[in-house]
Formats: sequence, C-alpha cells, structure tokens
Amino acid sequence: MAQLDVREKLGILADAAKYDASCASSGTTKRNSAGGKGIGSTEGMGICHAYAPDGRCISLLKILLTNSCIFDCHYCINRKSSNVRRARFTAQEVVALTMSFYKRNYIEGLFLSSGIIRSPDYTMEQIVEVARSLREDHQFRGYIHLKTIPDADLELVRLAGLHADRVSINVELPTVPGLTRLAPEKSATRIEGAMRDMKTAIVDTADARKRYRSAPRFAPAGQSTQMIVGADAATDRDIVTKAATLYHRFSLRRVYYSAFSPIPEASAVLPLQRPPLMREHRLYQSDWLMRFYDYAPGEVAAAADPATGMMPLDIDPKLAWALKFRERFPVDVNRAPREDLLRVPGLGVKAVNSILKARKWRRLALDDVGRLTVSVAKVRPFIVAEGWRPVMLTDRADLKPLVAPKREQLELFAA
Amino acid sequence: MGIRVARLDAPDDFEGWRDAARMLATERVPPDRVIWQVAGHAADLFAEAPPSIDPPPPAPPPAFRVPKAFVDLARDVVLHSDPERFARLYAMLVRLIEQPRLIDDRADPARRRLDEMAKAVRRDIHKMRAFLRFREVADDGEERFVAWFEPEHHIVRANAAFFVNRFNTMRWSILSPEVSLHWDTETLREGPGAVKADAPDGDPIEAVWKTYYASIFNPARLKVGAMLREMPRKYWKNMPETALVGELVAGARARETAMIETARAATPGGNVEGAWKALREEAMGCTRCPLYKPATQTVFGEGPLDARLMFVGEQPGDQEDLSGRPFVGPAGQVFDRAMGEAGIDRTAVYVTNAVKHFKFEPRGKRRIHAKPDAGEIDACRWWIEQERMLLTPKLTVALGATAARSLTGRTVTISRERGRPIALADGGEGWITVHPSFLLRLPDKAAAEAEFARFVEDLRNAAAYIG
Repeated sequence: MAQLDVREKLGILADAAKYDASCASSGTTKRNSAGGKGIGSTEGMGICHAYAPDGRCISLLKILLTNSCIFDCHYCINRKSSNVRRARFTAQEVVALTMSFYKRNYIEGLFLSSGIIRSPDYTMEQIVEVARSLREDHQFRGYIHLKTIPDADLELVRLAGLHADRVSINVELPTVPGLTRLAPEKSATRIEGAMRDMKTAIVDTADARKRYRSAPRFAPAGQSTQMIVGADAATDRDIVTKAATLYHRFSLRRVYYSAFSPIPEASAVLPLQRPPLMREHRLYQSDWLMRFYDYAPGEVAAAADPATGMMPLDIDPKLAWALKFRERFPVDVNRAPREDLLRVPGLGVKAVNSILKARKWRRLALDDVGRLTVSVAKVRPFIVAEGWRPVMLTDRADLKPLVAPKREQLELFAA
Repeated sequence: MGIRVARLDAPDDFEGWRDAARMLATERVPPDRVIWQVAGHAADLFAEAPPSIDPPPPAPPPAFRVPKAFVDLARDVVLHSDPERFARLYAMLVRLIEQPRLIDDRADPARRRLDEMAKAVRRDIHKMRAFLRFREVADDGEERFVAWFEPEHHIVRANAAFFVNRFNTMRWSILSPEVSLHWDTETLREGPGAVKADAPDGDPIEAVWKTYYASIFNPARLKVGAMLREMPRKYWKNMPETALVGELVAGARARETAMIETARAATPGGNVEGAWKALREEAMGCTRCPLYKPATQTVFGEGPLDARLMFVGEQPGDQEDLSGRPFVGPAGQVFDRAMGEAGIDRTAVYVTNAVKHFKFEPRGKRRIHAKPDAGEIDACRWWIEQERMLLTPKLTVALGATAARSLTGRTVTISRERGRPIALADGGEGWITVHPSFLLRLPDKAAAEAEFARFVEDLRNAAAYIG
C-alpha cells in the first residue's frame, strides 16, 4: 500500500469517526495556561468552533487512531468485512495535528477513538499515549475525550481517566438481542461492567480529592455513552427506559442517540433509508425532560403511543404528555409550584425561574408571560394568568391542532 | 433643569458610564435631560457645547444602592452597538432607585429589552471565541499568530482575557476595526483599529482543516437551517472552512443516494443466514406491542433465504401459535393446496405474517381469532421490513388487508388494489390478493370455487413474474 500523507489519513479517519454523535467539550473543570506554561484552557461551557452542513457542532478534532478493526459489527463502517480504505495515525501525528489546530483556534481539543487492532490492550495503550503526550510533553490544557475499550486492562483505563476530561464507552444498541445480532463480538455484560468500573473510579477519585487536595483528578467531565437508534427492534419507550437505567446505574453525564444513517459499504442487515432524524430529535427532547424537567422515566414513556411504544413525531413529548394528562392543566402562573410550571408546554426552565422571581412582587398577566417565552400561543391553553383563563380550552377534543406546530417540511428530500 | 452631557472615553467605557450615572442619579437628573457622548463618536449638536458635568468632582458616596445583578447587566449592555444603550441603562437605574424590586421582573418591557441586549452581547463574545481564526506568520523564525475579526458589538477588549488565558505561551495579535490586541507572552498591548489587509491572507494548515471539515460532515443528515442558526453567514468571511459549504450541500444528495445504492447492491453475503437467525432470536423476545403477553410464542417467517417470492399473511392462528410455525392451520392448508394447483414449490418460497403474535379472545376453552388493529400492525412492521431487507425478494405478495396495510402503510381495499403492482421503497414489487381464510368463509360452494380459482390464478401470475 502506498504511504498516505497526514491529510489523506485525516480524510479517512475523520470520515470514519463521524458516526459518533458526541462533540461536547463542556462540563469539565476550569483550567488555563496563564503563568506561561503550556497551552489551552477550558471554561465550564464548551465552544462550537464551526458547524457542518449537517447542523452538528464541530468542537473537537474527532478522529480514529485507526479504522482497521478485528470486530465485525454490522452497523459500523469500519468492521472487518467492510471494503473501506484503511489508514492509521501514529500517536505523534495525532498530537501534532491537535496542537496545530488548537493554536489556530479551530478546536477545543481532541476526541479520540479507535478500531481495535491486535488486542484491546494494545489499542488502549496507543490511545493513552496520545493523551499522555499532549498533557505531559506539550502541557496541553484543552479538552480531551477518550473512547475506552471495554475489554482493556483496568490500569490502562485508569490512565485514560487521569489524562482525559471525559471518557466514554458506547452501549451501541438499546437491546441485548440487538447487540447480539449486530455486534456479535461485543457483550452487553462486558460493556456495562466497564461502565461500572469507570463509575467506581470517578467516584473514588472525587472522594479522595475531598480529603487530599493533591489527589489527581479523574475524568472531571464524567462518562457518556451512545445508542444507535433505528437499527434494532427497540421502541422509543424501550430506549427512554434504557437511558434512564444507564443514567441511574452509571451516573452518566450524557446518553447520546445516533439515528442510524446509511454508510458506505453497508452491511446487508441494516436499514436502507434516510436516518430517522425526527425520531432522534424526539428522543433527545425526552432525555431533556428527564434531566432538566423532573419527569420520571415512566412519565416520559407515558407520552408514547400505548400500542406502538413510539413517541409522536408531529409534536414534542412535553406537549404529547400535556395533551394526555389534561387534568393537570391549566396551571396558574401566579400560584402554581415550580414542578407544575415546568410541565407547561412552551415554558422552559429559564422562563419558569423568571416567573417565580417576578411573581413575588406582582401578579403576572398573559402579556408578561408572553415576554418570557418564545410563543405565547403554545402556552396559552395551559395556563391561568391575571385576566386570562383558557375557557374550556383544555377540554376541547380538537386542542391538538390548535397547539401543534404547522407541519413544516421536515426533511429536505422527503419523498 | 438644563441638558447635561456625559462624556465617555470609549464605546465600551463601563467605568465612565458608571461614574457619570452615579453622579447624575444622586442628583436625580431625569433620563431625558442627559445626553451621552463617546469620545471620537460625538457628531451631535452638543459636541462643541461647554461640558456641563465633567470633569467629575470627587463623587460623594451615592445616597442609593443598586442590586449587583444590575451592575452585571450594565457591564454587558454597555458593550452593545445600540447608540441608546447608555441612556437605556440610566433610565433603568433611575427606575430601580424608586422600585428596587424591578430587578427581579424580567417581564417588564424595558428590563426585557436590556436582557435581550445583554444576551446579544454575550452571544457576540461567545461567537468571537468560537469563530476567530489565527493564521501563522513568519517572524524571525519564531511562531506568531494573527487573526482578523469583525464583531457586531464593542466586545474585543472585554474578550482579551479569554485569549490571554488560552494562548498564554503563544505570541499573537487580534486585529479588528475598532481596536487591536497584541500579546507577547507577557504583556497585552492595545493598538488602533486595523483593516483586513493588515492580516495575513492564508495559512497552509487551512487546507488540512478543510479536509477535516469536509470529512466529518455526514451527507445523509443534511440540516442547513440548523447550521445557519448557529453559524450565521456574517461570520463566514473569516472562516476558511465555510468556502466548502456550497459544494458539500450540493453534493450531499448524490453522496447519500450512492451510499444507499451500494448498500442495495450488496449481496447479503455469507452472513445472511446468521443475520436471519439472530433476527429471529431477537423477535422471540419482542415486546413492541402488548400482544406478546397472552400469546404462546412469536411465530417468525420461514423459507429459503434466497427466495425471490415472499408471502405475507395476517397473523398466526391457534395452531401456528402452538407450533411456532406459520401457515400450518386450516388457512395454511388452503394456501398449500392453491400453491400446488398453481404449480409452485411451497418449499421454495418464504412465508411470514404481518403480525407475529396470535391475537385472540378467549371463549370458553377456545381462542377465537381477533383482527389486529392498525397500531399492532405498525408496531410489527419493523420485523417485516427486516425480513424483506435480508431476503430482498423480487415480489412480495400481501395476503389480505392486514398484510396490505403492513406492506403499504395505509388502509387498502383489496378489491380495488388486487392485481395492481406497487413499487416498494427498496426496489422490489408488491402485489395484493385475498387471504386464504377468506376462501374458507364463503358459504356458497360455487362462489367458493370461483374465488379459489381466482386465487390460484394470482399465484400463477406471481410465479410467472419471478420467472
């Protein structure tokens, strides 16, 4: 094989990495390079340095170390039986690329993953070496996200956590039979075992830091995971329930949902269709309801269609829930507790906080609420305000068309 | 009371505004009696008027207090490009002295307006951190980086600390129309505004960065609106990668179609049997709809995986539910007989059902067949799609209305659609005919025979079609 130059390798190994949804650079500790040592900084909030035409944020240099792999997972472009061009970066090439992009303010840092070559331990060693060199040889203070390999030695995984801000292991598919079918070499037990070990390591170091300030930090931005949506038989209800379990058991920071999209060299066992992007979007919204709006997993699942277990695609899950549990409305913006206000479709966390503050001093009218939200039309049927009562509105059978968004063209090339 | 003129040193002079506002407010000067001027920007009637309040005498401690939240808000709003910003802030300050609670009232229109201005400023600060691009310049063999940025608001100075903290060991300059910043790894120097031509016009690494930008984009997920919302065009001119957006968007459809076409052309290969077995295994634990609860087991399809003809029935009946195999009950026997008469080898076709669990109503000791509803059919359609994807049959024949709905996703009148070919999304063809159980239910013997012959005729045509 002819030698590939770094730019050609980058083309192949970035292309191979784009099916990982995460590009987050947020949630880590604040660091900077003031004082004349090293380079880089992290704020609490991540920065998206560009957006691709797929609407996704480009925050990190997201690449694979190599796209060669000894596994044969059907959904993966890099599986053993695929005919894609293979390439492999050396650890130093990745380090140099990261530094030259970072210095030009193209990125917040690096998200490094890899196909499995030779053995899980060998692969993990290479990944750790990149992070070590960035941190130790170059005093790099930017963000590092490392994908860890479930079967790798615990000591290697611990090293990864010492250098990285975030570590992740993908559960890949929401159901065990799905994983068995599509990723025959992977095991749900081993993946979850690795996530449990990671959680333990994160909790232990956090404990140690409370007692000794000199104790090292370990993955301060926590761990995350990703599930592929639309490649196995899981319904939205299954996925929401699975995500809730993962958040709960492994204290995950984030669960990412990746709508399965056609890949070059696809395996014959996968859907040949446009990725279900709207479904993915509704799952993210459901996830937000659990994380920021105090919905129990069962409540989110109740917004799904009881027969099919799927979330409605035409309206968001919060509105779907409200239309289903109309007896909980209308909510009086001048009196209702925070948790009830959070249930009102169209009221976000910020708007609810503003309402709670403002109403201490005066009674809020519909116009006031309108100034705090994007669309008062969406909120109106569900609230009582000074001088406003939604007469009979919440009892109307035809409420949905009144509050549901007008059907837009959701997909550019929809048939 | 006469008009008072407050002079500020620079467009982002927060300290100047605060000192003047404090003094004016102490005297309770009404907002409409104050004119705010920025040095060098004062092209108004009073530019030459004698100063009426400055230079400020050592200010007495103000006879009022304002909440810290307001000071933070003002710090942001002062950076806004709106010429009225100083006056708006002062007007709010005067109201706050009378009504301190106003600070908590984000629904107040004037407060709201200030919130929006602060938000625009913070967004501009954030976008500068995100979209500013350094270019390397040769400078005595030492690395030096220069960037050109045109902010919407007066934020460059306010943003300096971020760049100093991040690129502390780099030598860099940020040029902008109003002010320039220069960092030499130890001190920050301010210079006059610059023009774009003062900045370098390229950097060889940009080609590598563009390769990354083009490769990380997934053409199957085109969402141009989402990109534009976060990366408006006004920032594009100084971001090298945006030169690619046009061609990436234009080529996306072709790239996606090519991926789907290659996938379609891919022969299932050696793993099709393994994939089918795994799929069947997965289906055994299906809980996509509630029918799995009373049923004995999932009844999956069966037949050779290279079959070019696939039959889709309604759902397993009592006997299928117990044996776990499709088409073995009374209707299955009618089907077998018709297949024999049409001269089709029953073992060479793949048979499956639209719904894979038996739906019934118990009546005494018997289980009476119940028709699956649209939700159940739709929930189960996933399995049919997977089976069809593995087998890619040339022709799929839907037996009865349930199968027809599963195949087409809509409610179908058999008599109207029978014999009319339907192009399926994956390239195969679909036909619709009656379900064999329909033939069992006809009371009139002559009619039953005629319908049976018609069914056999449909099967014969199907056999002829696949050749």
